[in-house]
Amino acid sequence: MTDPARDIVVMESIDKSFPGVQALKQVSLTLAGGEIHALVGENGAGKSTLIKVLTGVERPDGGTITLDGAEVSIRSPLHAQSLGISTVYQEVNLCPNLTVAENLLIGRQPMKLGHVDWNAMNRQAREILQGLDIEIDVTRPLGSYSIAIQQMAAIARALVISSAKVLVLDEPTSSLTGHETDQLFRVMRKLKGEGIAILFITHFLDQVYEVSDRVTILRNGALVGVYETAVLPRLTLITLMLGRSLTELDDINQHKIESSQHIGTEPLLQADGVGLVGSIAPFDLVLHTGEVVGLAGLLGSGRTEMAQLLFGIDQPTEGSLTMDGKRVRNFSPIGSIERGVALCPEDRKAEGIVADLTVRENIIMAMQASRGWFRHLSTSDQYAIADKYIKLLSIATPSADQPVRNLSGGNQQKVILARWLATNPRLLILDEPTRGIDVGTKADIQKLVLSLAEEGKSCIFISSELEEVLRTSHRVVVMRDRAKVTEFAGEVDERAIMNAIAGGEA
Amino acid sequence: MSALRSVFSRSRLRESRLSVPILALAVILLFDFVFVPGFFNLEIRDGHLFGSLVDILRNSTPTVALAIGMTLVIATGGVDLSVGAIMAIAASVACILIDPRIVGLNLQGDITAVVGDPTYSFVPIPIVIVASLAVAVVCGLWNGVLVSFGRIQPMVATLILMIAGRGIAQLITNSIKIIIFNDSFAFIGNGFIVLPFSLFIVVALFAGAWLLTRRTAIGLFVESVGISFRASLYSGINEKRIKLFAYAFCGFCAGVAALIAVSSIRTSDANQIGLYTELDAILAVVIGGTVLGAGGRFSLLGSLIGALVIQATQTSMYAIGVAASAITAVKAVMVIVVILLYSQQVQDLGRRIAGRLARRQAAA
Repeated sequence: MTDPARDIVVMESIDKSFPGVQALKQVSLTLAGGEIHALVGENGAGKSTLIKVLTGVERPDGGTITLDGAEVSIRSPLHAQSLGISTVYQEVNLCPNLTVAENLLIGRQPMKLGHVDWNAMNRQAREILQGLDIEIDVTRPLGSYSIAIQQMAAIARALVISSAKVLVLDEPTSSLTGHETDQLFRVMRKLKGEGIAILFITHFLDQVYEVSDRVTILRNGALVGVYETAVLPRLTLITLMLGRSLTELDDINQHKIESSQHIGTEPLLQADGVGLVGSIAPFDLVLHTGEVVGLAGLLGSGRTEMAQLLFGIDQPTEGSLTMDGKRVRNFSPIGSIERGVALCPEDRKAEGIVADLTVRENIIMAMQASRGWFRHLSTSDQYAIADKYIKLLSIATPSADQPVRNLSGGNQQKVILARWLATNPRLLILDEPTRGIDVGTKADIQKLVLSLAEEGKSCIFISSELEEVLRTSHRVVVMRDRAKVTEFAGEVDERAIMNAIAGGEA
Repeated sequence: MSALRSVFSRSRLRESRLSVPILALAVILLFDFVFVPGFFNLEIRDGHLFGSLVDILRNSTPTVALAIGMTLVIATGGVDLSVGAIMAIAASVACILIDPRIVGLNLQGDITAVVGDPTYSFVPIPIVIVASLAVAVVCGLWNGVLVSFGRIQPMVATLILMIAGRGIAQLITNSIKIIIFNDSFAFIGNGFIVLPFSLFIVVALFAGAWLLTRRTAIGLFVESVGISFRASLYSGINEKRIKLFAYAFCGFCAGVAALIAVSSIRTSDANQIGLYTELDAILAVVIGGTVLGAGGRFSLLGSLIGALVIQATQTSMYAIGVAASAITAVKAVMVIVVILLYSQQVQDLGRRIAGRLARRQAAA
C-alpha cells in the first residue's frame, strides 16, 4: 500500500520553535498518493504546527520538504495551494451568505460577454459536487446547509482551485453528526481512489481506525512513529500518544460508583415546564446535590438551548425554575453566578476564552464579575488564584501571564473550567467540555467532574460522545428535536439511549 | 538596530506598544533640535515657565483629555466621532450660564456695564463647570445607549451627535458668539501655577482615569468586552453597562476638553470649538497602540504620548513655517506612517530584515 515511489510529500527532520517553545523537533512525515494518513497526538503535540509548516502558514527553522521528488520551500498558503496542497480547516472558511455555486467558483466564474454566466456556473458547481456524490441545490446560500455539507463544499473548493494532490483535513469531523461523518468519509475514500494523498487530523480514535491507512503519532513536538493502522492495537495507540498506559477509564467507572453514594435527596435545582418558544419545548428537570446528569442527543437536539436557559443566557417564556426551593427570577449570567451556577459554553473560541487576555485574567474574570466593578481583586490575589488552578488542573502554560490564545485547545478548556471553579459554583453546566481535546485531558476532565460531585457539587454534562456521557453521569437525559424525550437512571443500556436519540421509541 | 529589533519583536509586545509613540515623539523632538533653533529654550517670566515645550504641553491638553476618553471607547471595540460636537455643546452651556443676557430678550439693557467686567458670572463658576460636564456626560450616555442597547454600529451611532451636536450648540447660544470676561473661568485654560493650569487638570484626569480603570475591574472588563463581548457575557460581565460607561466617560472627557478650550479662547463659537478634534483624538489613541476597530488591550499612557506627538508635530511645522492650512497634509503622512508601523505585514518584514542583518553581522 505504501510504495515509496508513490510518495507525494516527504517532510524530513522539520524543526520549528516559537518564543519559549520548541514546537517541532526533527519531525518527519510522508504522505503517499491514494492513502488516508491520520495524524494524531495530544494537544500541544505539534499537529497544528506541522500542518502549518506543510501549508505554508509557518516556515520551518530546519528540515526539508519534498514534493513529487523535488525539494520545495513553501512560502505562503497561496503558494501551497498552487503546489497542489489544499487545506480544509475545522471552521469552514467560506461565505455562508453566498450560494454554494458562488462559494465553489468565486474567483474563477465562467464569463460570457463580460459578465458572469450564472447558468454555466451553477452547472459546473453541480458537476463538481456530483463528482463527490453530493446532490444539492447549488443556488441556495451555503449557510442554509448543514456543517457537513459546508465542509464538503470547502473540500470541493479546495479541489477546484488547486487540482489538489494533497488534501489536509484539520479536525473536519469535530462538529459533525455520525451520519454526516459517514458522508464525509465516503468523499474521502472516493478522493483516495483518485490518487490524492489525504492527511486527516482528528481526536476521534474510532475514526482513525475506520478510515485511515496509516497513522503518524506525535508527542511533545517529536515523532513517535508511523504505523499501519490495521495492525496497531488501539491500546498501543493510546499508550504511544500519551507516553504512559491508560487505566484511567477503569478508575473513572470506580469513581462514579463511589460518588453516586453521595447524591443528596433534596433537589438543588428544579425546572417545571421551563421552555422558550422557538428554542426548546417545555421540560421538567430535577437535579440533586452531588449528582451528575448527562445530556445526550444529536447536535441541535436542544442540549445547548437547555443549558443556556438554565444559565440565564436566554429567558424562558414559560414554566418556573426553582433553586434551593426559591423561584428564580433573575435570568442572567450574573444572576446565575450569584446563585452558584456556572456554564462552560459549547463554543470555546467565541463564548469561552478572551483570546488576548492572559491566563490569569481569563481565570479571574467570572469571579471579578460577581464582585462587581469596584471590589477589585488585587494583582497578588489574582496571581494566587491563577497559580492555584494552573497547578490544580495542570494547565500547561509557561506562566500565568501568557495570553490564553497561545495555549492549546485542551488547556484553554481547562482555563475556562478554572474560571468557573474559582466562583465556587454548586451547579456546573459543561457543554461539550471535551470537544477537540486529547484523550489524556478528556480523562482528566471526566475525573474532575466526578471529584466535584463527591464534594457535593452538581453537574450537567453535555457531550456528543455517548460513551463519555455514560461514563460520567449518574443519570442521563435524552434530547431530541429541541425537546426532552426521556430520562435514564441507574445502570443504563447504551442501546436504549441510542434508540431514544434516534427516535426509535417515543 | 536594537531599537528596530525591539519594535519588531513580538514577544515584547507590551514594550513595543509604547515604543512606537515614544519613538515618534523622539523623532519629532530630534527634528526640532536640528532645524528649529531655540526650540528647547525655557525661561521663567513672572513666575511662569515659557518655551516651545511648554506650548506643546499646553496646546495638547484638550486633545489629551479627549484621547483619554476615546481610549476606553476604542478599547470596547467602538469609536466616538461626536467628541468635537460634544465639546461645542458643553462650551455653549458654559457660556450661556456665565452670560445668558446676550441671548435673552432684553439685549438693549445695560450690556455695556457687564462688558469687560472680569468678575461677572450669572451663576457661580463651580456650577457652570459642573453643569457643562453634566451635559457632556448626558451626551456620552446618549451615544452609549445607542451603541449598547440599540446595538447600532458605533460609527453610525456617534455620527448622529457629530452632525446634530453643533446645531444643538448653536440653538443653546442662539447662534451668538458669547464673549467671556470672567477671569476665574478663564483661569482654567489661561492660568499659570508655574506651569499652565490646564496641564494640572489633564494630569488629574489622566490619574483619575488610570485609577478608575486599573485599580478597579473596569479596565479588565473594557478590554474583555472589546476582545469578545460574547465570552464576556457568558462570564457574567454586563457588557452593555461597560459600553455605556465608556461612552459616558468619553463624554465627560469631552466636557473637560471643552472647558479648557472655551476658557482659553474666551468665546463660545459653536462652529469652531473642537472642530476635527475627534480625528486628533482617534489618531492619538491609534498612535498610542490601542487598536481601532478591534478593541481590546488599551494603553492610556500610549494615548497620552500619542496626543503629544500630534501636538509636537503641529508646533514644529508652524515653527519651520509650514502654513496652518497645510498641516492636515502632514497629519495624513503621520497617519500613513503609524498605520504602517503597526501593520502585521510591515512588522514581519521588519523582523525578517532585522534577522538578516543580525545574521550578516554574526557572519562578519
